[in-house]
Amino acid sequence: MTAEPNLLRALDYPLLQQCMHCGMCLPSCPTYAATKLERHSPRGRIALMRAIADGELEPAKPFAEEMYYCLGCLACTSACPAGVRYAELFETARAEIERRRLLDSPKRNLIRWSVVRVLFTRPRLLRLAGRLLWLWQAGGGQRLFRKLRLNRLLPRNLRRLEPQAPRACAKFSHQLIAPVEHPRTGRARRRVALLTGCVQDLVFSDINRATADVLLANGCEVHTPPVQPCCGSLHAHNGDLRSARELARRQLDLIDPFAFDAIISNAGGCGSHLRAYGHLLHDDARYAARAAEWSRKLRDIHEFLVGINFRKPAAPGGAPAQSEIENPKSKIENPKSEITLTYHESCHLCHGQKISAAPREVLRALPGARLVECAESSWCCGSAGIYNITQPETSAWLLRRKLGHLRATHAAVVATANPGCHIQLENGLRESGAPGVAVAHPVALLAKAYREEGAI
Amino acid sequence: MPSITDALIGRLGAANVLTEKEDILPYAFDGTAALRQPPLAVVFPRDAAQVALVIRLAREHRAPLVARGNGTGLSGGSVPVPGALVLCLAHMDKVLELDTKNLTLLAEAGAVTQDIYDRADAAGLFFPPDPGSMKISTIGGNVAENSGGLRGLKYGVTRDYVMGLEVVLADGSTCWLGGKCVKDVAGYNLRDLFIGSEGTLGVITKVLLKLLPRPAARRTLLATFAAMDAAAGTVSAIIAAKIIPCTLEFLDSKTIRCVEDFAHAGLPRDAGAILLIETDGHPAAVADEAAKIEALCAAHGATSVKRAADAAEAARLATARRSAFSALARLRPTTILEDVTVPRSELAGMVRAVQAIAGKHRLDIATFGHFGDGNLHPTILTDERDAGEMARVELAFADIVEAALARGGTITGEHGVGLAKKPYLRRQLGDDSHALLRAIKRTLDPDGLLNPGKILD
Repeated sequence: MTAEPNLLRALDYPLLQQCMHCGMCLPSCPTYAATKLERHSPRGRIALMRAIADGELEPAKPFAEEMYYCLGCLACTSACPAGVRYAELFETARAEIERRRLLDSPKRNLIRWSVVRVLFTRPRLLRLAGRLLWLWQAGGGQRLFRKLRLNRLLPRNLRRLEPQAPRACAKFSHQLIAPVEHPRTGRARRRVALLTGCVQDLVFSDINRATADVLLANGCEVHTPPVQPCCGSLHAHNGDLRSARELARRQLDLIDPFAFDAIISNAGGCGSHLRAYGHLLHDDARYAARAAEWSRKLRDIHEFLVGINFRKPAAPGGAPAQSEIENPKSKIENPKSEITLTYHESCHLCHGQKISAAPREVLRALPGARLVECAESSWCCGSAGIYNITQPETSAWLLRRKLGHLRATHAAVVATANPGCHIQLENGLRESGAPGVAVAHPVALLAKAYREEGAI
Repeated sequence: MPSITDALIGRLGAANVLTEKEDILPYAFDGTAALRQPPLAVVFPRDAAQVALVIRLAREHRAPLVARGNGTGLSGGSVPVPGALVLCLAHMDKVLELDTKNLTLLAEAGAVTQDIYDRADAAGLFFPPDPGSMKISTIGGNVAENSGGLRGLKYGVTRDYVMGLEVVLADGSTCWLGGKCVKDVAGYNLRDLFIGSEGTLGVITKVLLKLLPRPAARRTLLATFAAMDAAAGTVSAIIAAKIIPCTLEFLDSKTIRCVEDFAHAGLPRDAGAILLIETDGHPAAVADEAAKIEALCAAHGATSVKRAADAAEAARLATARRSAFSALARLRPTTILEDVTVPRSELAGMVRAVQAIAGKHRLDIATFGHFGDGNLHPTILTDERDAGEMARVELAFADIVEAALARGGTITGEHGVGLAKKPYLRRQLGDDSHALLRAIKRTLDPDGLLNPGKILD
């Protein structure tokens, strides 16, 4: 252990006092719902942090396990009238746990080192890994592996995870998006930088392309640096604030926020962390001003589109778009053209960034689509970063709960705006025998609607 | 003799008995500020028989027992005493029966109030008591504290909806008191003795609730005032006009701003005070009442009166109001909530008294509350680490209580006595009545096993 002070004790104490333990967070917390035990609730976890700050409790393994049992979904921050900054408390607690190495084991250390320290700090290496994954999947290796049932040779946890591995794209973002692209018609009204993410880049580069298309269609000049570092959200959420700060600095070196009208993120998880750069680097003399500007300019794509009053796509055939909600009659007159959509909110989009209405506004603008709300739309799907790997049981319980609500809507398309949720829901829908239901990013649907404008 | 925790683990299984520090520290408090005491252990019974078993074991070991639901109480009722077992009923959370022929609902004590409301609502019925924490509070806790809520003015409080209950006594016996009969005068009305007894006389394990037909129409109004007095005057005028709205809620300027920061419900941030008024019942009666209330608001100085456009907006406003207490925690580290209640005719005077007390003790006090039923929530915004200020808080507390009692009021309208109001109870009841309470406690719990030190010493 280094001579650094206990991070929880070093916290500004009123941050902990802010929680007045009224209990309003309890009904929003998935782990409390699953167990009805206070230690698995937001106020219970804060009570433990406060006991550590007070010197009443020694940080040990049970505390560490508790903080990794927390999904970090931040639903409690939407429920909390007192405005407790749980994200900050949670990240500090995990950082203290890692500093004390409370959960060390050779296996965990190897995984953490290879994933957090190596893979997700080196974008080129990550792309190489993505390329190998693609070769394995597209080149028949995976099929052969499964056919020979070699997965039986894997350790149990890996055997479970193998079929859940996302499919890598044939082309990554830099192969689909030029470093600078201009709107096809007219002069650009805005200059924006587009962040391509890590998983989004490898698995959903088409969503990044769609995001660029939608921005272009709305008069933006789009700058997309071909090699972008990880935003550091993975690191901050997993107790490695030092790497998170380093990655934030690299991001700020690459993209100068003063040069753009907005910096666009299309992944809920990344966006939530990206918005916090200002706070993350507030005491870094060299980067504080730039980071503050970055936080001012950072926009989720849906938030940005609604903010600039994006162009609503016309229906195929040139007829003006008509929302089914405003005009339920057309549903009967033209049943074939209608698609039922439902929206699953990424935790870090709705709770982390408090953006809930904008994605729905994008979805309602789609011609011939009807948005049906699903129960508990803002509940975690169980993906939660790497939670589905570290806490398979609770993750599976949350996924089952989510799938039940999604099925009840009878929607043909589940829209969601975060790669983790996207993969989790796709896997869940496939495994539960609902293969007809597609998962799509709202902006990908909007890009498609723009493409189909005028077509019959 | 094995230790009490070993004995409990032997009978209930280790999963239902928590003793590790990380497990029990989160049970050291409820929703009350600045009260904290970790228990010896936390026990999770699954039914009344297990509750009785725990009580018998606790008596053998002379271990005090504190019943708890989801820990949202506001007078320290479920804060442990040293060496206590917390008897947490959160797992006994089922709605057992919805009887639409008799309009009753039977639930386990740990059932969440909101679930009960929703179950009734789905059947076209209505369970009116709606304490601020109803989304997570348990019905057993509501009954033990005799909780109120926003609808108290027209619909009364939890007591008015309890037809029967099952309670386990300190000797381990299990009693069923009351039933589905609307009229029932067989024997002493002991059911009512346990309602509001704060876990000091027995542990409530099941509750039979009365339901009403759901009102056919509801309308919510938001009246804005430049000053608190005008709002208080309007309330008196509405009551004097013989109108009993379902809710008649008041928020002062500080509370308005905190609530709006959280809820974004469209409250006027620059207003001196607002009244949130809901009327419900037959559509024609609702329309008539709403029009009369609007006219009265305008005549008594409201700067604007707005109608909620739809049920969703009305729900948003009610939810915003329910967050008032917690939202006030945005201003200072410690938020101490009062709930003195005065006869409605004394409201304006009481509000002025609270303002004077804040000035006298140099404290920041925000006020909101259920103006329609005279139940005020002056909330002291302070910092528990500032000993000097906390001493002034104590003095202000005593002054507020004194001011309420001088107006014929009560020290607690709906939160209970618990630990927070215990010092003032004798002052309100008088020696003889206070002694009667003590005699009842001694009769039912001679060993002082159940929630000792609450209500009475």
